[in-house]
Amino acid sequence: MTPDRLGYLPETPSQTAGPYVHIGLIPRQAGFEIFENNLGDRLIGPETPGERIRIEGRILDGTGALVRDALVEIWQANAAGRYAHPADRQEGKPLDPAFRGWGRAGTDFETGLWAFETIKPGPVAGRRGHQPMAPHVNLWIVARGINLGLATRLYFEDEAAANAADPVLNLIEPPERRQTLIARREQRDDGAVYILDIRLQGERETVFFDI
Amino acid sequence: MNPESEFLQRDPAAHPPAFTPIYKTSVLRSPRLPLWSLQNSLSEMTGPVFAQGELGALDNDLVRNHAQDGGAPIGERIIVHGRVLDGGARPVPGVLVEFWQANAAGRYRHRNDRFEAPIDPNFGGCGRVLTDAEGRWHFRTIKPGPYPYRNRVNDWRPAHIHFSVFGAGFAQRLVTQMYFEGDPLIPHDSIIATIPDPAARERLVARLDLGASVPLHTLAYRWDIVLRGRRSTLFENKLQGN
Repeated sequence: MTPDRLGYLPETPSQTAGPYVHIGLIPRQAGFEIFENNLGDRLIGPETPGERIRIEGRILDGTGALVRDALVEIWQANAAGRYAHPADRQEGKPLDPAFRGWGRAGTDFETGLWAFETIKPGPVAGRRGHQPMAPHVNLWIVARGINLGLATRLYFEDEAAANAADPVLNLIEPPERRQTLIARREQRDDGAVYILDIRLQGERETVFFDI
Repeated sequence: MNPESEFLQRDPAAHPPAFTPIYKTSVLRSPRLPLWSLQNSLSEMTGPVFAQGELGALDNDLVRNHAQDGGAPIGERIIVHGRVLDGGARPVPGVLVEFWQANAAGRYRHRNDRFEAPIDPNFGGCGRVLTDAEGRWHFRTIKPGPYPYRNRVNDWRPAHIHFSVFGAGFAQRLVTQMYFEGDPLIPHDSIIATIPDPAARERLVARLDLGASVPLHTLAYRWDIVLRGRRSTLFENKLQGN
């Protein structure tokens, strides 16, 4: 571990998660049971406050083919717009003991669908001097063929006013590209679903962030 | 908002670019447009927090965590250990480190792995651990075997263990692979070759650590993981009027 001239250590290089990422992070999808507690497969319990929603989508490669071996993680604030983390010191927003705000899921080996049962997040404070951020879910995608995890965000179609004022969406040029982050709402028998397909490459390529 | 929580920007030279034709799957799975750079907000500076009680007692012992009654996996028993540090060389305590790997024969316990080497009935191939107050972690396992994969006609992965690491914030999230010192397949590997800088490749190679081995029992390898640094100096706060 060699520091640079100023004493900083260089970050460990990323490598692809490969085709068998499920073994380590979601072993049930790989086809076996090993852990008593599978981390990240459930975001909400019966007592979690907030509007229950499902978010789902597919991931498409540069030819439009389904990416069926990806792992998607989400990180989001609670219904009041607060993250379950000590660095979030937003005053007046309660923490929910029943909501960590993090989940992980594999894309289905046949349908290519990823999905989470969660709650709709509240708006979170923006950076100092900026507007609050519109409700959003942070996504992080790793898979075979992806050398460094891809970060993006899911925003909600029915939050048009908040989206129009969102300091992150407003950075993105041309404005049409902002649409790649906005999930469309669909009402199904068992509740609201927001759908966001992610295009890794090519036409209507999703906006990915260097965070 | 807490300025000392902001992360230093990622150095792209430390990582493989997205588009690396030597690794063919990356060709169609790499964005063509530039990433949009975001100054850190709470969404990037925070991330999930895990507790010891969420892990099982055997989660960091791959020799035992999938062994059937009285059985044990075949292969070279090793301890793998190291620290999680940030770019400021500070330990990162209490973060989740997860790992997965093939068995001694190079076969993964995965429904999609069709390599003809056998599954080991006593080996699952995954585990996890939380770093301690000094950022240290360790686990016991079987040294994985190399395996072939469809890339070029005769590509073989060097022995490796996949790692997933959470930092203090979601922006530090990292997935990578650890290789073993002296493995002659490393210079031929198409995936480690996605990293242009040879010094960066070297940082993925664990060293044989006789000092940490258990005599007459288990060899050891050491590998430290470095996550992105963060702003930390007092004058940063003052400059921003705190």
